[in-house]
Amino acid sequence: MSVLVYIENWDGKLKKLSFELASYATQLAESLQLPVNAVSLGKVDESELKKLGTYGIEKVMSDSNELFKSLDNRAIAKAINAAAAKVGAAIVVIANNNLGKAVAPRLAVRMKAGLVSAVQGLPVSTAPFVVKKIVFTGKAFANIEVKSANKVLTLAPNSFKLVEKAVETLVEAFDSGLTAADFETIIESTNKVTGKILLQDAEIVVAGGRGMKAAENWNQLEELAEILGAGLACSRPVSDEGWRPHAEHVGQTGKIIAPNLYFAFGISGAIQHLGGVSSSKVIVAVNKDPEAPIFEAADYGIVGDVFKVLPQFISAAKEMKS
Amino acid sequence: MKILVLIGNVPDTTTKIKFNADKTAFDASGVQWIINPWDELALTRAMELKEANAGKVESVVVANVGRAITEGTLRKALAVGADEAIRVDADPLDAFYVASQLAAVAKDYELVLAGIEAADYNSAAIGGMLAELLDRKSISAVSGIDFDGDSLKVSREIDGGSQSLKMELPLLAIVQKGIAKEPRIPAMRGIMMARKKPLNVLAPVEAETLTAYNSFEMPAPKAACKMINEEQAGDVIRLLHEEAKVL
Ligand SMILES: Cc1cc2nc3c(=O)[nH]c(=O)nc-3n(C[C@H](O)[C@H](O)[C@H](O)COP(=O)(O)OP(=O)(O)OC[C@H]3O[C@@H](n4cnc5c(N)ncnc54)[C@H](O)[C@@H]3O)c2cc1C
Ligand SMILES: Nc1ncnc2c1ncn2[C@@H]1O[C@H](COP(=O)(O)O)[C@@H](O)[C@H]1O
Repeated sequence: MSVLVYIENWDGKLKKLSFELASYATQLAESLQLPVNAVSLGKVDESELKKLGTYGIEKVMSDSNELFKSLDNRAIAKAINAAAAKVGAAIVVIANNNLGKAVAPRLAVRMKAGLVSAVQGLPVSTAPFVVKKIVFTGKAFANIEVKSANKVLTLAPNSFKLVEKAVETLVEAFDSGLTAADFETIIESTNKVTGKILLQDAEIVVAGGRGMKAAENWNQLEELAEILGAGLACSRPVSDEGWRPHAEHVGQTGKIIAPNLYFAFGISGAIQHLGGVSSSKVIVAVNKDPEAPIFEAADYGIVGDVFKVLPQFISAAKEMKS
Repeated sequence: MKILVLIGNVPDTTTKIKFNADKTAFDASGVQWIINPWDELALTRAMELKEANAGKVESVVVANVGRAITEGTLRKALAVGADEAIRVDADPLDAFYVASQLAAVAKDYELVLAGIEAADYNSAAIGGMLAELLDRKSISAVSGIDFDGDSLKVSREIDGGSQSLKMELPLLAIVQKGIAKEPRIPAMRGIMMARKKPLNVLAPVEAETLTAYNSFEMPAPKAACKMINEEQAGDVIRLLHEEAKVL
């Protein structure tokens, strides 16, 4: 038996999320006294994969088939299943991002494994195997028992603190046995967001709501985000109005994020909005209405006008950074 | 083409969540049930596709695994415009169990639409599991679908961007925001017609559960918010740096 972690790449590069997963899988394997392996699909340099050694990964099986680039859900699930079979993995750990959410349930069926998505940290108990996850969009937690011998877990980004454990990583060529016919996703065009901090990766998030009044006022939020190295987010009406792209919408029907720091400017704090952000470690709210529900969720609050507060934040942040 | 839309029956999004005394089960007393928000958008898009492809989309059917309590939600889906509803009469015990039930009804539908997650247990599992049980292609995080009478044009969100895809049927699409602009609200006529539309109740098939909800917890109460004056706004940045240590 062993633990397997699927390490995704972005054009051949790993990200912080990859290291969180590696570290989580290593800690999980230790608590179960099992070995841990990783699988990587697509073309990634050996030197890149060897970085996983910082977080305890001793072996990476690497299938460098370029076709994995099409992110075909079924093909990726098949390949991870083949890797799991090869190393006798009973537990597979995957990121709870767009790709991970697409692949994990397919893999779980293939492995006849119980699936828990967006787990919070290491198991609450290992026998029986119980993990904790958020339910009711942040309003509660559930302790879920995985009864099957095989298990698939997805880990929410930014929810697990890296623990260093330096080892030498062996990168081993791996053939998952897929042929061109296994890849059925035909991509006509790709639109990449470049040069910006992606919301899902961001440790700090600057968000605006309808209180920002108009699309052009986002230049102030962008400036603050730029100084702090933050990602941008918005409430649902803001993306519905077309002031900001849908990808920035957070909340129950948007993205669910858990950064270390979340700024809410001119956001009332409706329950559906909070569902997407309430797991943030620290929340700062700026709202002119002292009764706005956002203050019940916030750690630091200012009752005031966003357009008076933002310039002060920007200059204080500049000062702090210099 | 026939379209099947999976319908989760979930508590209204403003519901105050409570559990029973020993915290082992959700307390559903007094809860208002709604169509899971993404499923409502999926159904809306399915109706639009049917209207735009007269003759090519034969029917839109909705399906739920649940007890009689979910029939109000299914009737609402019929009122929005679905031609027929199917209810598999079983408790939705866990994602694998529910997906196994749906696999028994979904085979004949060239396009199956599932939501990205249900607003209750957020398991984000059933669409993908069903696709695997049917051994069918799936696309997740779908934010747009068009049908040209033959193949589908699908947009999806990927980590770090978005893509436009061309997909052949059969397909299982796991949809999110963007798939339809606003959920369609049933009109009076729709509500009247829904009463006469078929709501077929099926017995469950034999299936396993692989997970169990052992207990629930409420989040720890939050400490009171520290208030700062608008004139001293810059202090917040200092406190975030020195006190909260997140900057
Ligand atoms: C099924 C369902 C799902 C939903 N999902 C989501 C979701 O995922 N995400 C989401 O965000 N919403 C969601 N909503 C909508 C949600 O209920 C709220 O309507 C929405 O979050 C409100 O957005 P807002 O706070 O930006 O706007 P408003 O509620 O209009 O609030 C604007 C706030 O700005 C303040 N303000 C105005 N001017 C200023 C100023 N100059 N300075 C300081 N403050 C100012 C006001 O006091 C007010 O509190 C959902 C609703 C439903 C029914
Ligand atoms: N009991 C159910 N019956 C039918 N479809 C369901 C049920 N529960 C969830 N679904 C579908 O599966 C999607 C994902 O739900 P889940 O995997 O439970 O988070 C939902 O958006 C629905 O489309």
